[in-house]
Order: sequence, then C-alpha cells, then structure tokens
Amino acid sequence: MFLSVISDADGLLRVFLLMDYNTRLVVFSTTLLGIASGLIGSFLLLRKRSLMGDALSHATLPGIALAFLVSVYFGGTGKSLGVLLTGAAITGVLGVLAVTVIRSQTRIKDDTAMGVVLSVFFGAGIVLLGIIQTMPQARAAGLESFIYGKTASMVYQDFVLLSVTAVVCLVLSLLLFKEFRLLCFDEGFAQSQGWSVVLLDLLMLLLVAGVTVAGLQTVGLILIIAFLIIPAASARMWTFRFGHMLGLAAVIGGISGWLGASLSAMVAGLPAGAVIVLTAASIFIFSLLFGADRGVLVQMFRSCRLRQRIRRQHLLRALYEILEMQVEGNTVGTGEFKESVSCEDLRRKRTWSGRELRKIIDDAYLEALVELPDKAHVRLTDVGVRESARVTRNHRLWEIYLIEYADIAPSHVDRDADAIEHILGAKLTAKLEATMADSIQLAGMRVPGSPHPIH
Amino acid sequence: MNVLRNLFSGHSTNIVDGHDLVDHSPKSPLAIHDLTVAYHRKPVVWDVDLEIPEGKLIGIIGPNGGGKSTLIKACLELIPRSSGEVWVYGQPYKKQRKQVGYVPQRESVDWDFPVSALDVVTMGTYGQLGWFRPVNRRSKALAMQALEKVNMADYAQRQISQLSGGQQQRVFLARALAQDASLYLMDEPFAAVDASTEKAIVALLQELKSRKKTCVVVHHDLATVAEYFDMVILLNMRVVAFGPTAEVFTEENLRKTYGGKLTVLSEAASAFRSAQRDDRKSGGL
Repeated sequence: MFLSVISDADGLLRVFLLMDYNTRLVVFSTTLLGIASGLIGSFLLLRKRSLMGDALSHATLPGIALAFLVSVYFGGTGKSLGVLLTGAAITGVLGVLAVTVIRSQTRIKDDTAMGVVLSVFFGAGIVLLGIIQTMPQARAAGLESFIYGKTASMVYQDFVLLSVTAVVCLVLSLLLFKEFRLLCFDEGFAQSQGWSVVLLDLLMLLLVAGVTVAGLQTVGLILIIAFLIIPAASARMWTFRFGHMLGLAAVIGGISGWLGASLSAMVAGLPAGAVIVLTAASIFIFSLLFGADRGVLVQMFRSCRLRQRIRRQHLLRALYEILEMQVEGNTVGTGEFKESVSCEDLRRKRTWSGRELRKIIDDAYLEALVELPDKAHVRLTDVGVRESARVTRNHRLWEIYLIEYADIAPSHVDRDADAIEHILGAKLTAKLEATMADSIQLAGMRVPGSPHPIH
Repeated sequence: MNVLRNLFSGHSTNIVDGHDLVDHSPKSPLAIHDLTVAYHRKPVVWDVDLEIPEGKLIGIIGPNGGGKSTLIKACLELIPRSSGEVWVYGQPYKKQRKQVGYVPQRESVDWDFPVSALDVVTMGTYGQLGWFRPVNRRSKALAMQALEKVNMADYAQRQISQLSGGQQQRVFLARALAQDASLYLMDEPFAAVDASTEKAIVALLQELKSRKKTCVVVHHDLATVAEYFDMVILLNMRVVAFGPTAEVFTEENLRKTYGGKLTVLSEAASAFRSAQRDDRKSGGL
C-alpha cells in the first residue's frame, strides 16, 4: 500500500504542495501546533517539569468523557470539539494541580504523586469511555480517537479552533519570555523580586494545557508529551543560548508537525501522532549525535583531543627531563637537547605500555615534534625542543605555586600539578609568573629547576 | 510547645543591645520582630528580634543547621513564617521588595542552564521592567555596569557553566547590584570562592557601605569575621548575641552559639584568638 502511494507521483505532489484542501488544513494546523509546543516544551524542560505534560495529557481523558456525557445530557450530540476539549483542559489542569497539592501537603515525592495521579485519571477516563460505549450516541462520537489521535474526522471549524489555540499559546509564551526565563533559572530570586512563582507556574501550566488539548485530536493524548519534550531536548543539544534554544525548538517542532502530518496524509491509515513523534525522534537522535554544543560526537572529540594533548605533553616532559639530567647547566636551544633518547628510558619514566608509547610517539611525529632516527630511539625536533621546554616550564611553575602558595607537600605536588597543567592557558601562566617573580628568577623562556627530586 | 518554651527560657539570654548604641529610628533597613520559623513542627529559627542599623556590614554566623539561611529566606518570604513580622525601612517587606537585593546560595540553581552571565545579571532588572515588557537596552547597560563592578565584564557573553565557582558567585552579586537596592541579603557569598573573588567581594561590600547601603551576610569563616564585618549576629536557632563585632564576637558568645560541638568550638576559639591578634596589630577596625 505504501509503495503504491509513493509511486503515485501525482498524489505525492498533491500532498506536498498542499493542493488537497483537507490535507492543507491538517498540515497547517499541525505545523502551528508544533511551533507552539516546541516553544512551550522548552520552558517545561528548563523548569525540569517535563513529565508534568504527561500527567496533564493523561488526565484529559476523563474530561473528554465527562464533557461528552454532559453535552448529551443537555440534548447535544456530544460531537462538538470545543466542548470536548474544554472538558479535557479542565481535568488536565485538575490533574496537575492534584500532583502539586499532594507534593506540597504530604511527604510523597513528585514522581510518585505524578504516577498516582496519571494512572488514576487515565483509569477513570477509560471507565467512563466504557460506560459511554453502551450509549446509543457513542458510535458517532469516536472518543477513542483522542487516545491515539485521528485527523480524518475533523472539520473546518475544528482546524480553526486548534490553530487559534496554538497561536494564542505561542503569543502568550513570547510575551512571558522574560518571566519564564527567570522562573526556570532561579525561582527563589524571582520570588524575592516580587514575581509570584505560583502565578507564573499556573500560567505555564495553562499554556501546556492549551497545546496539549489542541494536540489531542491530531497527535493523541499518549504521544503529545513527545511533541512537547523532544523538540526542546533536541534544541538543547545545539546551543547554550536561551533564545536560540527556544527558536530552534520551535523550528524542530514545526518541521516534525509538518512532516508528520504530510506523511500520514499520504499514506491512509498511518496515524499522524506516531509519525510526528518518529520524525521528531529522528531529529533528536541526529542532534544527540551531532549537536554542536553537547552532542555525543562533539564531547567525544573534545575529551579525545584533551587526552591526546595530555599524553603528548607527558611525552615531551619525559624527554625534557631525561635530556636535562644528561646535560650539565642545561640551556634550551644549545643543540644538546637534540640527543636521541631510547624508548626504553622513556617507558621507565612513566607507566606506559610499549604499544601506548608507540602510539604517542607516532602522534607526536605527525605533529613534527619528534623525529625517529631508528625504531628504538626518539629525537626532539626544533619545534619539539621549544614545546618540551614550554610544557616542562608550565609544569614546574605550577608545582612551585602549589608548594609555596597552596601548602602542598613536595612529595604530592607532581601528581597535583599533572592534573591541572594541561589546561593552563597563556593568561594563567602569565599570572603564575607574576605571582612567583620574587621566589624564582624567570627570564625569557628559562625553565626553573624541579622543586622536587626527579626519579 | 510548652516543653520547648521551657527548654529555651532555661537558656540565659545574652543579647548585647547593639542597637541601643546606634541609631534606633523606626526607619531601620531591616527590623525583625518575634520571627519564628518551623519545618515540620521543628523550630529552626526561634523568636528572633533584630533591628539592623543603616550603612553597616553585618555578618550572620552560627553552626550548620543553626538557621542562618532560614532567617534570610524567612525575611524574604521565600519560606512561610510561623510567626513574626519583618519591616524594611519602616514598612512591611511586601511593600519594599525593590529595596531588597537578594544573593542566594550559589548551589541553589542549576548552572548548566542555557544563559550567559549577562543574561543572569539582567534578571536583576526584571523587577523594574514589570510584566510583559521585554529586556531593553537600558537594562542591559545596567547589567553591564554591575558586571564591571565585580570585574566580570570580560565574561559577559560566557555561558554560565563555563565560569568558575568564584566567577559564578560574582555573577550572582552583580545581579543583586543591577537591582540597585538599599538593603542586601547575601547567603554565603564567600563559600568556596577563590582568593581573588574573596577580595573582590570584600571590596564590593566596602563600596556598598560607602554608599550607605546595608549588607546582611551569612558567613561561615570565623577567622575573617572581625576583618569583614562591623556588626555580627550570632545565631543558633535564636539570637545568642547581636552587636558591634568588637563587643559581641567573644569566646564566651561563640561557645554559647556553637554549644557542645567541641571541634567547632576549638576552631572558633583559635580563630577568635587570631582575630584578636590581627585586631591589635591593625589597631582595631
């Protein structure tokens, strides 16, 4: 079936160019919803209340059922989306308030309260749906579609309602941008400045309720939480700027909504909600791996680079120290530092295995820091001599600092200096020099003697 | 409750009436009356009465769990009071919020939050901006000035997780400065900061004092109390002593404050001795 649709190029075109009236409505309103939920989900994520959206969405079910019952009782058909969603919003907010009350009034923790409320409300909703099933009006209502989402039965007015809700939420969250940023970062300070944390939290809750309810029909109440969280979590991988994160989350949400709705319109029987979530999840996985700020690869690359640098500096310092002992009255650049050193000596200096050392030497060779006269020996290049002097100098400056100013015993200082010296910047080095100008004479690139015996 | 009351009335009160020596006007920057705070029916701050004079640097010291942070938070209504009133410049705190700058403990927030140092400091101006008004150029300029005061202007665009602990603390101070308050309540600003930050904070406190601002600072390092503060509040659930540092920062009062905790006591005693030594050396503050 899927293939047959794909091969129907004309049909494909119709969907993507939004030529079909109904498709256009679905795609448009879902994209809007995605933008709004990406934005509001970001606030929720940064407030560390992501799961609140889940409690809220599950708690909407009894509201839908009750709204239907009330509407039928007063002689309606129970099919008005506005009425059903109002009911959903009411019980949804009640559910979250129940969590808040349980948390503040008892010693039950947040997650437990959430679990209890979520399941109880959802259970109550299922029971009510069961009762509704026995009623004659039930067939036409299709209330189950709210659980997984279903776009087919929607009419023009429904789309208008959803779009307006999404836009209102969007505008409100932009207006409250500054307030929410403060609330999410530091609620204590917010309160001390006179902002009502309770009111702000309530406003955020109402916005979450707004997008959740607007998404019930298309995405379904089980998956709407993903629509709130995944775009925000993906955006966080790329940036550490608040505004950028929100903008990016809105874009990712919008793309997910647009793609999800389009795909599900192309293939009959493919539910929009699930496709939206999978689309968002693909973006999330991509962000998780390649995210520019905290993606897995970037972090791996960073720690790998640091490890490499540390190893290289260890090698250079080991070489320097070996050569220093061979040369009397050592001065860098006299050519004596260009003696070959055997790998055996180097291995004795640190706890390197043969293979490890080989790798480090190869790496240093690629950086043109050392030459390899033969298989068992290493020789510093001109650049290598300078670099090794610099590295050793930093290490010793730091050691002297630790001994003189931080009161660390000379026998322990080598290890402490090791841990920090690799990240010493030029600025800090200059500062160290200034601090210790009195205790040691440091002219130009002179390397001070080791403050402890070298073994 | 009665049992508790008896327990505490058994203690001898030793409040040196510091506020009798100084200005006793009703316009005290911070007047606390009968303040009691309890968590789960266990009192943490008990019947505190304080009237703080203007333009002084005031340290609050006391053992861990002695209610130092709780006292500040209760003043700011961040936690509910069981009883008592707090007056700021002669009016209830609620009406005077803009006069009060709060520097929370550094650990109270998540520093991995996606904002820059400048963003955080700008938050100090939100109160002046009011609802819905977006951050404007003026509030950014104010924030920049505040950052300059704590020598952090170079780090304005840094993401806050990339700052060191001391730098983060300075950002928090700058945020309170941007608010331009008259009374500052600071919760452990000296906790785990580097030497240069400590110096910067001390200089800042002095600068605030020279502008007639009042600073109430929760402090943990007994060795520096005499050097940093004009007055000191010794707090262990109740106020053991309050007054000019030279008068109330005595071994006897410290013993009363830190009670049976021997290690702390001996530490305090030695700190006290060294403080006195310094005092003599510098000829007093």
